[in-house]
Amino acid sequence: MLAFVIRRVLQSVAVMLAVAMIAFVMFRFVGDPINQMVGVDTPQEEVARLRASLGLNDPAPVQFGRFIWNALHFEFGTSYQFRLPVTQLLAERAPATLELAFTAAGFALLVGVIMGVYCALRRDSVLAQVFQAVSLVGVSLPTFLIGILLIYLFAVILGWLPSNGRGDVVALGGWWTTGFLTKSGLRALILPAITLGLFQMTLIMRLVRSEMMEVMRTDYIKFAKARGLTTRAIHFGHALKNTLIPVITIAGLQLGSIIAFAIITETVFNWPGMGLLFLKAVQNVDIPIMAAYLMLIGLLFVMINLLVDLAYGFVDPRLRVAMRA
Amino acid sequence: MTQAPVISVRNLVVEFATRRGILRAIDGVSFDIMPGEVLGVVGESGAGKSVTGSAIIGLIEPPGRIAGGEILLHGKRIDNLPAEEMRRIRGRKIAMIFQDPLTSLNPLYRVGEQLIETIQTHTDLSASAARARAIDLLAEVGIPAPERRIDGYPHEFSGGMRQRVVIALALSAEPDFIVADEPTTALDVSVQAQIIQLIKKLCRERGTAVMLVTHDMGVIAETADRVAVMYAGRVAEIGPVRDVVKHPLHPYAKGLMGAIPTLEAEAERLVQIPGSMPRLTNIPKGCAFNPRCERVMDRCRIERPEPSDPKGDLSSGAAIMPGHRVACHLYDGGAK
Repeated sequence: MLAFVIRRVLQSVAVMLAVAMIAFVMFRFVGDPINQMVGVDTPQEEVARLRASLGLNDPAPVQFGRFIWNALHFEFGTSYQFRLPVTQLLAERAPATLELAFTAAGFALLVGVIMGVYCALRRDSVLAQVFQAVSLVGVSLPTFLIGILLIYLFAVILGWLPSNGRGDVVALGGWWTTGFLTKSGLRALILPAITLGLFQMTLIMRLVRSEMMEVMRTDYIKFAKARGLTTRAIHFGHALKNTLIPVITIAGLQLGSIIAFAIITETVFNWPGMGLLFLKAVQNVDIPIMAAYLMLIGLLFVMINLLVDLAYGFVDPRLRVAMRA
Repeated sequence: MTQAPVISVRNLVVEFATRRGILRAIDGVSFDIMPGEVLGVVGESGAGKSVTGSAIIGLIEPPGRIAGGEILLHGKRIDNLPAEEMRRIRGRKIAMIFQDPLTSLNPLYRVGEQLIETIQTHTDLSASAARARAIDLLAEVGIPAPERRIDGYPHEFSGGMRQRVVIALALSAEPDFIVADEPTTALDVSVQAQIIQLIKKLCRERGTAVMLVTHDMGVIAETADRVAVMYAGRVAEIGPVRDVVKHPLHPYAKGLMGAIPTLEAEAERLVQIPGSMPRLTNIPKGCAFNPRCERVMDRCRIERPEPSDPKGDLSSGAAIMPGHRVACHLYDGGAK
């Protein structure tokens, strides 16, 4: 088990180094950072001095080493647009994105699993057919369109929910802000969370449905029936647990993409998260923010992959043996 | 016979609705099984052996359905019970053992969890009493160190050991009747013998009746008290196992027994029955075996023979034991 964990951690480090390389290369090839910092009338000597002080004349490997070292200390430099440390900018906005992403993921997982199980067990019912049809729409419609449709329906026509921003937030411990504790915060969360989670929800629903139908055909389910176990024990004890193993993997990996692709939802709903920050950074060639965001998302994916692998072994006893070996 | 049968199957008909029409997988099968008796059921693949077993335990999956006849457990009809009542019978009165022990156990639950779950479904035992009973069961089916192995996962057991666990699971609620659907087919030959011995021992000690479905005549000869030979969804011949093996009457049963290879007879080729079993969509009129039968008569192509006590042409001259019945026009006393 320990050897397995160590091996997976080392693999993760290698992946992060590759991501860091890409982020670093961005600095060197997407325009000259000095040009972003200085005005048109800055004298050449001043530019040269700045270049030297920033270490931009050093050989690339040295610069890369320094980049890694700084990254390890959460130092990503200063945003060109805001003149503020990138780390501070991201930290301010992370709670908004994370709350949105986790709410969306929770919604997708809960509703997706329930709908999937229902569709698998009541395959021929009208409601299951409706779910199937709706899920097809959910899979094929682009996120921004769903967001706009939801805004049009619930914010513009019905006027039930806000379409913009995060509502009132409460600061927690000086480093986290939450919208969970205010009514306007919760109301503001509903539409973006549904928009962001809808695609994942339909994905999970279809996955749970097909997996569960597969599991229901296996011999151990037949044997469980032959032992006279109750339908509930068979469906929700034996079948669901086996169904959820592949679902855990997919759902876990999807959490990464929910956070990463919150960009679009945040833009549609003007949600003050990291995605919106990133989009502004792209518009203004604010490379430190882009690089830091890239590193952050890379780290998230790597961590989630690692956790999913470990969780997998936790749920499936067969893999525990494989890990020990 | 003074005892009442545990299971009686009367004119059972099972049909499957398919796109190409309705298939009759079982067509008028009848037999009784007494307490403590092992009825072997043999036949080629698709003869309806397993479907008969599934019908008894009430696990025919749609599009299949019991279309006729009845199944009696201790004289009470069970084939028309509501699903919930049938579920209570499954496991408690009738249990089933499947072919492949590797896939019969849920891989994510400890062996003990599966046993205790089954015991607690059918009895009022507390968790600790159920666990004690699970350990007893594992010991009874011959699993060494059961108090330790009970916390193992299925993948930690070998194939033979897993089949023992499956048998322990089937015995959880002390059923009166067990359908064993090819319980040894997926096992090594040496392990097969152990499992067969175990099943025999349990029948003897507990008085459990068993319907042993297999296509292995060796297993039948060793284990069963009586044997039913099935062909194309019907019983061709049924009787005491020695009698049927030594003096088969039905031409199909003769072929089947003749096809068992022996070491003594140095045949150039293995004996086989020419042709193959008809598809269920295309069962010939009259006797289903008539296209392959060496002794076919005109009558066989028109009139369907029903199982009855053999009369007349008993070529071997051997005394036919009571209860040996055959569905063949050769033995109805009239035709030559």
